[in-house]
Amino acid sequence: MAANTETMTINMGPQHPSTHGVLQLILELDGEIVVKATPHIGFLHRGIEKLSEHRTYHQTIPLTDRLDYLAPMSNNLGYVLAVEKLLGITDEIPERVQRIRVIMAELTRLKSHLVWLACHALDIGAMTVFLYCFRERECVTDIYEKVSGARMTSNYFRVGGLADDLPNGLEGDIRAFAESIPEHVEEYEGLLTGNKIWQKRTIGVGEISAEAAIDIGITGPALRASGVDWDLRRDNPYSGYEDYDFEVPVREGCDTFDRYKVRLDEMRQSARIILQALDKLKPGPTLADCPKIVLPPKQEVVSNIESLIHHFKIVTEGFKTEPGEIYQGIEAPKGELGFYLVADGSAYPFRMKIRPPSFVNLQGLPQMVEGKLLADVIAVIGTLDIVLGEIDR
Amino acid sequence: MTPEVLTLSETPWLFTGVMLVKIVVAFVATLLIVAYATYAERKIIGRMQTRMGPNMTGPKGLLQPIADGLKLFFKEDIIPSQSHWFAFILAPMMILAPAFISISVIPFGGDLQFTYDGILYAVPMQITDLNIGVLFIVAMAGLGVYGIVLAGLASNSKYALLGGIRSTAQMVSYELAVGLSIVVIFMLSETLSLRGIVAAQQLPLWGLDSVSFIPNWYIFCQPLAFGLFVVGSMAEINRTPFDLPEAETELVSGFCTEYSAMKYALFFMAEYANMITVSAIATTLFLGGWGGPFFGWINFLIKVFAFMFFFIWIRATFPRLRYDQLMFLGWKIMLPLALVNIVITGIAILLW
Repeated sequence: MAANTETMTINMGPQHPSTHGVLQLILELDGEIVVKATPHIGFLHRGIEKLSEHRTYHQTIPLTDRLDYLAPMSNNLGYVLAVEKLLGITDEIPERVQRIRVIMAELTRLKSHLVWLACHALDIGAMTVFLYCFRERECVTDIYEKVSGARMTSNYFRVGGLADDLPNGLEGDIRAFAESIPEHVEEYEGLLTGNKIWQKRTIGVGEISAEAAIDIGITGPALRASGVDWDLRRDNPYSGYEDYDFEVPVREGCDTFDRYKVRLDEMRQSARIILQALDKLKPGPTLADCPKIVLPPKQEVVSNIESLIHHFKIVTEGFKTEPGEIYQGIEAPKGELGFYLVADGSAYPFRMKIRPPSFVNLQGLPQMVEGKLLADVIAVIGTLDIVLGEIDR
Repeated sequence: MTPEVLTLSETPWLFTGVMLVKIVVAFVATLLIVAYATYAERKIIGRMQTRMGPNMTGPKGLLQPIADGLKLFFKEDIIPSQSHWFAFILAPMMILAPAFISISVIPFGGDLQFTYDGILYAVPMQITDLNIGVLFIVAMAGLGVYGIVLAGLASNSKYALLGGIRSTAQMVSYELAVGLSIVVIFMLSETLSLRGIVAAQQLPLWGLDSVSFIPNWYIFCQPLAFGLFVVGSMAEINRTPFDLPEAETELVSGFCTEYSAMKYALFFMAEYANMITVSAIATTLFLGGWGGPFFGWINFLIKVFAFMFFFIWIRATFPRLRYDQLMFLGWKIMLPLALVNIVITGIAILLW
């Protein structure tokens, strides 16, 4: 007599310790083997795209902090670059601003990768790495706090520049932190890379070929671990990334282990970029010379009538743009983060579409886990490095 | 003239009294160690993970286990409406009782001698010296599985069910490997009594006088069996890297997902009690029990604590295995190794 078998459907999430937020997966299990995985998203939808249609361009910046809340400055950067491109002031951004933006974007990459490694290792059961990574992440949050006053929702970049210059002495802190990164990465590798259990849990798990990855539109470290050499910082530079000497780590393994290695190598490269940017950092203005777009310094507002008028106009009605549409993509820690802006000539965007890397990368999940074990689902969610804040927007 | 040494069984009332005292002492000591094992684990792992661990409740957080216990005691005890209530209540007891019972056959010291009424009595530092002590422990470990299976089934929750199934498969397969790995000990000591096994380990190594400073601990002549036993027992008591039944990040809390309040605490007490039992067994079988430089039970406790530290250390270091890899390790690596070890030991005993 044949055994009567049937599959079991379990709801993984939205309340589950390792779905990294409010992702819901409907898993059809045959024993422990996943037959079908269906991601359900939208539990964290806040309508950021729609909200931005009723805000001036500057007022949208704090909203972008809440996209990928583990990498707020990258979101800020992508958005302000898009608006600057729309305004046509990309070339007028002062050099110091460019350097600081790069430093902050790379610190953000470190921050994001640290959280990724922490959670990924914790999901697979290595608890200690979690706390080690958070120890280093704390340094980045401290730097965030010093430059912007906030530890997570930084809101530091402005259209045409920065909210403020770096506070005194912070460059030393950043340099010390960047110099310590290679050593710390070694420490994580010491706990994980050679560990047989870690290798067994990651090598050959969640494989996705380069073709499949390109078809889905996967970007970032997940794409580079599948052997596609594509990094917007090098292939379509922005914010002066062409000035820096760095390598783009690429691996051919297509699996969780190689994605892990690629991200660790990226952390080392980020530290390199930060140090180079610090070397090249020179004193200078932190706002572009565009009086109709950039808020004047407070001192001038009270002493100069022109500045007072500009200040009043920008604060009350924002700045207007030419009608048109642009797309600006940046290499965010998790992949290509794109902002697509349609302007109708008013002070508000007619439409803003965000291309969040996590949203696209998540679509690789079903084919990466089907036919694998339940425990692999956790490893794959971790390796995709998704953040629900930017998936649901 | 040497005084006559008697065992207590010849004076029934004294025997009963001493027995009760031994039971109470062993039970209370185990409970205390269980409570402070949680504290030690949190402190040690905290230290390894660059954080503090409990430090607010009492001096250096020493009252934390008691505070935790009190809190869990006063929590609402929820029994899910769709669960099988009888099995649901039974499960935590089913898992805790065997864990504590196993302690009863473990010798934690040499004979204690005292004079009463002019007669010298010898009291073994062991609740009872069963002549099938090791079999008894293996049997009790087998009973522990029922608690987890019942918890998984009775909860009527899919995560708990998966945890229960994982645990059954895991414990059944590793019990085999553990059981076989300690067979060589009986072959060498020719007794199943834990007391006899410890006594056999007091002799010099391999009966050679030239190395008489090394005791005949079975870890020296059976390192493979020792390794298999330690790894296998980590799997049996669901410690990292084999903590799949309660793999928090996969199955929420595994078989105890639906449990709350004191019933939940019972599962954790059982886990730590099992940890103590396993450490005590390993000490007895491989590390010469109470033998060592200090007074009997102090040696024993030192070795047990060293084992527990090892288990905690492992937890801070290793990731978790996957279900199929766990089964592979149990059936295809550990079981054959244990069998090979038995054959080799058998041949060695025949030849020498």
